[in-house]
Amino acid sequence: MFTNFKRVLHFALTDLARNKGISIANIFILVVTISLFTMLFFMHGLSNEIIYQMQNKINITAYFKSDTSEQDILLAKEQILKQTNDIKSIQYVSKEDAADIFLEKYKNNDAFTDALAEVGDNPFLPSLNITTTGEPQQYEKVNIILQSEQFSDLIDQVDYPQKKNIIEKVFSITSTVNKFGIGLAVLFILISIMVVFNTIKLAIDSSKNEISTMRIVGASSWFVRAPFIIQGVIFGLISFIVCFFITMILIFFLSSKLQVTLAGFSLWHYLLSNIFVIILIQFGFGILLGGIASFVVVQKYLKV
Amino acid sequence: MIKFENVTKIYEPDMPALQDVSFEVKEGEFVSIVGKSGAGKTTLIRLILGLEKPTSGSIFFNGKNINGMNSTELQSTRRKIGAIYQDYKLLPTKTVYENVAYIMEIEGKADEEIATNVPKVLEAIGLVNKLNNFPHELSGGEQQRLAVARALVNFPDIIIADEPTGNLDPYNSYEVVSLLSKINKTGKTIILSTHDREIINKLGKRVITIEDGKIIRDDVKGRFII
Repeated sequence: MFTNFKRVLHFALTDLARNKGISIANIFILVVTISLFTMLFFMHGLSNEIIYQMQNKINITAYFKSDTSEQDILLAKEQILKQTNDIKSIQYVSKEDAADIFLEKYKNNDAFTDALAEVGDNPFLPSLNITTTGEPQQYEKVNIILQSEQFSDLIDQVDYPQKKNIIEKVFSITSTVNKFGIGLAVLFILISIMVVFNTIKLAIDSSKNEISTMRIVGASSWFVRAPFIIQGVIFGLISFIVCFFITMILIFFLSSKLQVTLAGFSLWHYLLSNIFVIILIQFGFGILLGGIASFVVVQKYLKV
Repeated sequence: MIKFENVTKIYEPDMPALQDVSFEVKEGEFVSIVGKSGAGKTTLIRLILGLEKPTSGSIFFNGKNINGMNSTELQSTRRKIGAIYQDYKLLPTKTVYENVAYIMEIEGKADEEIATNVPKVLEAIGLVNKLNNFPHELSGGEQQRLAVARALVNFPDIIIADEPTGNLDPYNSYEVVSLLSKINKTGKTIILSTHDREIINKLGKRVITIEDGKIIRDDVKGRFII
């Protein structure tokens, strides 16, 4: 067994060295394909980040009556949280905090600050800002809770009706982006697989008479097939190494330059936090695709 | 050793290559299969090697029906047959040494045995000084001698040569046939398919004549008569 393995490994390496042109072409195609895959992975990360940021900007606010005490509002907050698991964050904003936020926001606009001074008293209402964990329906559910009988004495108004359209629009956009991303990924994967299969097929096609001769002189299927599979795996391995270093170098130099363009998304940080997934994708895709493509293509010529 | 029992081979849709062919080749015999081009000689050889399946009838190798063999058994049988072809069927990306060694490697022979036997066989065949050449760097005669070396190296039970002189000049043809005769004298069975009249008449061995897929003569000391 060991002798046979040693021999097929030797055949694979010898053929690889003797057919440098074909080997380089195969590796080049695999590098392009794996790079495409890696790019998709980064695009997925970027779109997730943008979606996350967009969804985080959405919230609904329950404005409490002016004379509601802080203690009652915090009690109401606890009761709301008990009634649903859909809430990601719920933040209490007191009348004073609301005024401070307003002043901070419009500190350069005298018209607003003067208007506030004119009013004299603090006109802002205490509120709870609520963000849910995802879907628009969750906001509707939270709104129903807030509008229920138990809070009617405390809550003055909920801004859900005004925000409903925006919430639905944002979620519709993010859902479309997600679906488009999945569609694009599937399309890229299929194209990549076809390109790699065809490249390896062209390489093995040139050996079809050789495979037939090997069968005629009595070589077992395994003995014929193994060197091609090993070559496919070696192509995948070399492509993985090349791709990995290209990815590291490119991302390292481009990350800071692209961060502003990419809505604050740091490619380098994303790469480091997902390094094992990226290695798995590049390594697995290269080796599996190289090996499986060789296996399938040789299979066709073994029927002698 | 090899037995054909009422073998018929019809290629799709309706092209008979062999019709009701029966004969037996015994161990140590030198049998020539002769006939015009398209008579069915190559089909007959391909059937022995299991490269084709008969439409009807049976072919036996050492008592075992070739058609009933699974892939492993068939490959094992092929390893017991040394085959030589008109187009040599060498491995173009392997050197002279590697082409011969490959046959021993698929048999699982030890590295030491391969390192000893391959140069010996190549020396006997006159190619020992071309060990590292590739087949395309050899002349036609040298390529055919390499094919003979490859067929011999595993000491097969039988050597089957399908038009081995088809692409060779008279001198190289004579050399190849002389080699086959020498091998036969060591007790090996030889089946030679050819349409070379001169070779057959010089050999003076058993001749099976095929015409239109049928055996029309089977002479113990035959001549080329068509």
